[in-house]
Amino acid sequence: MPKAKILDLNDFSEQKKQQASIICSSLSFQRGEKEILSDISTTFPKTGISVIMGPNGAGKSVLLRTIIGLLKPDSGYVILNPEFARKTALVFQRPVLIRRTVYGNLHHALGIAGVPRRQRRSRIEELIAIGGLTGLENLPARSLSGGEQQRLQMVRALSSNPKLILLDEPSASLDPQSTHAIEEIIKSTSDKNVKLVLVTHDIGQAKRLADDVTFIHKGKILEQNSSPDYFNSPSTPEVKSYLEGDLLV
Amino acid sequence: MNTLTEAFLQSFQLIITLDETLVEVVLLSLSVTFKAVSLACLIGFPLGTALAVLKFPGQKTLVVLFNSFMGLPPVVVGLVVYLILSANGPLGPLGLLYTPTAMIIAQTILVTPIIVAHSRQIIVLLAEEYDETLRSMQASRMDIMGTLLWDSRFSLFTTVLAGLGRAFSEVGAVMIVGGNINHFTRIMTTAIALQTARGDLALALGLGIILLVLTISINALAYGLKTTWEKHSYA
Amino acid sequence: MTKILTGWVGLVFLLLCTPVHSSDEYILLQSTTSTQNSGLYEFLLPHFEDGHGVKVKVVAVGTGQALYNGSRCNGDIVIVHSPADEREFVEAGYGIDPHNLMYNRFVIVGPSSDPAGIGKIETLREAFAKLSKGPAPFVSRGDDSGTHKKELSLWNKYEISTTGDWYYEVGSGMGATLNITVGLEGYTMTDLGTWLSFANKTNHVILYENGSELFNQYGIIMVNPDHCPNVNSEPAREFLNWIVSPMGQQLIAQYKIDGEQLFYPNASPKRYK
Repeated sequence: MPKAKILDLNDFSEQKKQQASIICSSLSFQRGEKEILSDISTTFPKTGISVIMGPNGAGKSVLLRTIIGLLKPDSGYVILNPEFARKTALVFQRPVLIRRTVYGNLHHALGIAGVPRRQRRSRIEELIAIGGLTGLENLPARSLSGGEQQRLQMVRALSSNPKLILLDEPSASLDPQSTHAIEEIIKSTSDKNVKLVLVTHDIGQAKRLADDVTFIHKGKILEQNSSPDYFNSPSTPEVKSYLEGDLLV
Repeated sequence: MNTLTEAFLQSFQLIITLDETLVEVVLLSLSVTFKAVSLACLIGFPLGTALAVLKFPGQKTLVVLFNSFMGLPPVVVGLVVYLILSANGPLGPLGLLYTPTAMIIAQTILVTPIIVAHSRQIIVLLAEEYDETLRSMQASRMDIMGTLLWDSRFSLFTTVLAGLGRAFSEVGAVMIVGGNINHFTRIMTTAIALQTARGDLALALGLGIILLVLTISINALAYGLKTTWEKHSYA
Repeated sequence: MTKILTGWVGLVFLLLCTPVHSSDEYILLQSTTSTQNSGLYEFLLPHFEDGHGVKVKVVAVGTGQALYNGSRCNGDIVIVHSPADEREFVEAGYGIDPHNLMYNRFVIVGPSSDPAGIGKIETLREAFAKLSKGPAPFVSRGDDSGTHKKELSLWNKYEISTTGDWYYEVGSGMGATLNITVGLEGYTMTDLGTWLSFANKTNHVILYENGSELFNQYGIIMVNPDHCPNVNSEPAREFLNWIVSPMGQQLIAQYKIDGEQLFYPNASPKRYK
């Protein structure tokens, strides 16, 4: 098997560009001396769940933040397909809920999303149901359990009706049951034609959710493939050893 | 009888007889202080939040300036306001010198830097915490500032109290711009200054005790309100 | 956004404008402190206000400050006690219609133990000479007030230097200066009115009060409406006419503390050449 080629923008056909939700072109990002992203060029498809994998410090979180605009790359650029632009949401590994009730957090998010006041109540009820948070509406958000907080963050991300949600290891610090609940929300969201990009370490989770997988190592994309191909016939030794659980950084 | 005992007796007597002049002076003190602090909050909260959230050239200079202005000498503020409101000064035609409005303006100038500097400090901390979340929601700057202000409201309470303390106990500026006119611009602190000048130390101290009691009551009330409010709206 | 801004502006306006400006007609009197501290105005002014439907608002500051405020048009009429400054004020075009209003005297007060021994001295010159020997501090107003100027003119006249660690320049009003004097067990020169009404005398007494040299003349001057178009000159004139009238003068003579008269009326128009 040939080693996967590192792509640049010119390698994408017009057709691929049309099909892409996100195009990254020659993205580089440095933090001090350390190169976190090193000339990354790739696209993500418009549909399905794209999973980004890679060992710690590979640059996955930075890539997500660069895509959504929280970080500015040192060079290169990100283009979001106009269908998705400004209809994005980000779910963090550790939810930062604001200092209000569950209801207050959703009400606030809907306000920022520009939902008129009188439509918010019914929308909040829907979101509470999706997140399985019924009965917790009037509790301070920060008094919830880790799993509940993460579910609240998930539905808060849904409140603006985004077309593209980026998730940064949303279940990394949760127990299996909570992880399952998050995955259910992810699946049902994907079923509603929302594009998801998920960063995860959890190989099982990737297998359960991914339509395609991008593997990053040391700031570079080593492999990008459909899920079955990625898991069944990895083309690089790094991915092989990663999947076997013994890739050392 | 020594002056201290006499002072306590005097203040006690003034309070239980609800001395008419005292009531008038206390009410004016409260009204001037509350209006000045409200104005300072209206100006200071948005400004403090803007200084915490927005990055623009001169922002650091402004922060340093407002921090320094917390220690503005009241007499200097009084003089500047006097010159501005003076009949032949720039705002002379408004006829505001020696009115409660002039006192409110002077105290607003004294209190605003306190509100700006304290609220900026409080909001910077919360801004750090909320930054990525709010930006990932594509919140506008107004949304961000509004969220931060609202979610800091309990911490900002202390800021308001600091402002109230400064305004309520201030004498130098209001003396100059208010003129300590009987029944019109005489407040607790200027009344105390007058009684001291008259050598009536017991009465001056008695008024001082009442001022202190009022300050404590306001703080206690505010603290109580804050606690109940906090309980009903969750941190 | 516009809604918030409108509300904000509205609130600011409301907070600045709510103090009710009394609709009564009033005049603003810039006054020396002694007349206020002595309680004269509380006794005198209601008589005028009731009869004329005009309120008198008193701003009590030192003579120097009162004249300055008047020159900046912040006042309709002034009552002060420094004849030379009054003359300057009128000649500079700030004031019109200067009148002598009333007089009393300055006195030297000190601890009853009288360490400087001025209690039995006949002349003021000798008394000042004793004070300058410095057995106890002499406390000077040092605030450019009428009293301060009078005191300086006396040291000058007797050619006594005030440099020395016995001479304290405190830069304060009469009341504060008296408080300091009492605290230091020192001496000071004060107008009689402030002294008689001063409640914190402790062991201090009048030690010297003889002589025409300690004469203290109060004057009243209207602020010049040609210089200050904003002044309320009609009611100010009404007040002036009233206070120099037999009626006003009689009331001044009636004001007493502990049976002692504080001010002696001697109203007369002043003519500067």
